[in-house]
Amino acid sequence: MSQSDATLRIELQFSGGMELLFDNQKTIHAKVPAFFPLDTSAEDKHAATIRDLISWTASNLLKERPELFIGTDGSVRSGILVLVNGADWELEGELEYELEDRDEIVFISTLHGG
Amino acid sequence: MPGATDTKPTKPLKNPCNLCQSVRAILKRPKTGQQLCKECFFHVFETEIHNTIVDNKLFNKGDRVAIGASGGKDSTVLAYVMKLLNDRYSYGLDLILLSIDEGITGYRDDSLETVKRNRDQYQIPLLIVSYKDLYGWSMDDIVKEIGRKNNCTFCGVFRRQALDRGAIMLNVDHIVTGHNADDIAETVLMNILRGDLPRLQRCTSIITNDTSEDSSGIETSKILRSKPFKYTYEKEIVMYAYFKKLDYFSTECIYSPNAYRGHARVFLKDLEAVRRTAIVDIIHSGEALSASVQANESTKLPTMANCTRCGYISSNELCKACLLLEGLNKGLPQLGIGHTTKIRRMHEAANLASGLSSPVSLSSAVADGSAEEKVKVVTHIKDLGQLETMPTLDSV
Repeated sequence: MSQSDATLRIELQFSGGMELLFDNQKTIHAKVPAFFPLDTSAEDKHAATIRDLISWTASNLLKERPELFIGTDGSVRSGILVLVNGADWELEGELEYELEDRDEIVFISTLHGG
Repeated sequence: MPGATDTKPTKPLKNPCNLCQSVRAILKRPKTGQQLCKECFFHVFETEIHNTIVDNKLFNKGDRVAIGASGGKDSTVLAYVMKLLNDRYSYGLDLILLSIDEGITGYRDDSLETVKRNRDQYQIPLLIVSYKDLYGWSMDDIVKEIGRKNNCTFCGVFRRQALDRGAIMLNVDHIVTGHNADDIAETVLMNILRGDLPRLQRCTSIITNDTSEDSSGIETSKILRSKPFKYTYEKEIVMYAYFKKLDYFSTECIYSPNAYRGHARVFLKDLEAVRRTAIVDIIHSGEALSASVQANESTKLPTMANCTRCGYISSNELCKACLLLEGLNKGLPQLGIGHTTKIRRMHEAANLASGLSSPVSLSSAVADGSAEEKVKVVTHIKDLGQLETMPTLDSV
């Protein structure tokens, strides 16, 4: 498999109301490209990070209202928590965490009444 | 090793918990930056709330305590933790769930199902009080009548009174609500942005006893209210619920997108991204401002009496809720919104002079106003034609 075809199996989970943006699906088994082009060059690629996953998810899976998912600088909207394999993404490098096959990424929205 | 099942088989233990050192950390605390494993996080979360309760002497043994329960993340975790701490530390409290049904289809009806599940899961009795029963109007009815601009004002006033009435029905001493640190920081910001000094003075208090009243006419009863989550971060509440697999309802109120609080919330989250101590700093500022407002407050305290319509504590003839209802029932949606003194005066004048035929007679009844003020006063009435046929207060 050439570099440009490699994909990673990523399990995406949505809760706290996030699932509404994804046709009410709480879990999506996605095949995400393993490599993404660098900003400056379409030929050079880097290993997929969460930053890439977020934009890929918005382009390929989001059914509506991207502004409710994506925030500033390509990150998630403020108020959305992200877990990587059951741990706070702040412990894993946040946007720069490099995805691995069979990773579980959870998006939890806190933007609702208590 | 107990934590091994949380990690993928090929990974060594990384990010060990700062406290126990033996298990992988799953959370970075916003408050302290500590990395904690699941069990240590639970312990720290619960113990800090216990300390808040004890340090602030929130309860007495034997108190009957109603937990304001909406089925949302904060109140579900609050119910769970209150029960847990009550058992663990023998507070001796009688806990009850108190839920308000505002009558919002597609939002409240679903979340009430969650509260009923909480009742069964946590084995705490539940009382549901509805706007329709108390006031004759559900929020759906109200929004149909007045549109989406001031509906949150109605809902807030009605809910406050509904909680008190529910508490009276249950004969409780105390109501606890799930307001968290993020909420309080937002409220401080909102009150500063809106110049609402009386609210600013009260909003950082962990206990509100409140026989007092702010200048816009919000009345409260003698039932104590407190916020055990005052220092608890929203992120931790959500993570606690997630890791404990607690059942909660999570959708935005369908009428809320225009709410002012939304702006404060977005602003606060953006501030937090730049400076992680933003929340606790703002609460700190709020507490300092509160002392300052209190010292400078030169308005005299109003004398408390009872609403002539419903008997609720009030310093005006009509309590705020009755004033708002008056507006609804007479098709005067602005009644009770904004500064009420002028409108009350105008309303009373309109009632006195029943059978008005022109705006001129109305504005002359408000004798003290300037010409410009008279014009402003008249525009508060949605449909002048209604004034002529409006029944007086007595006939309602």
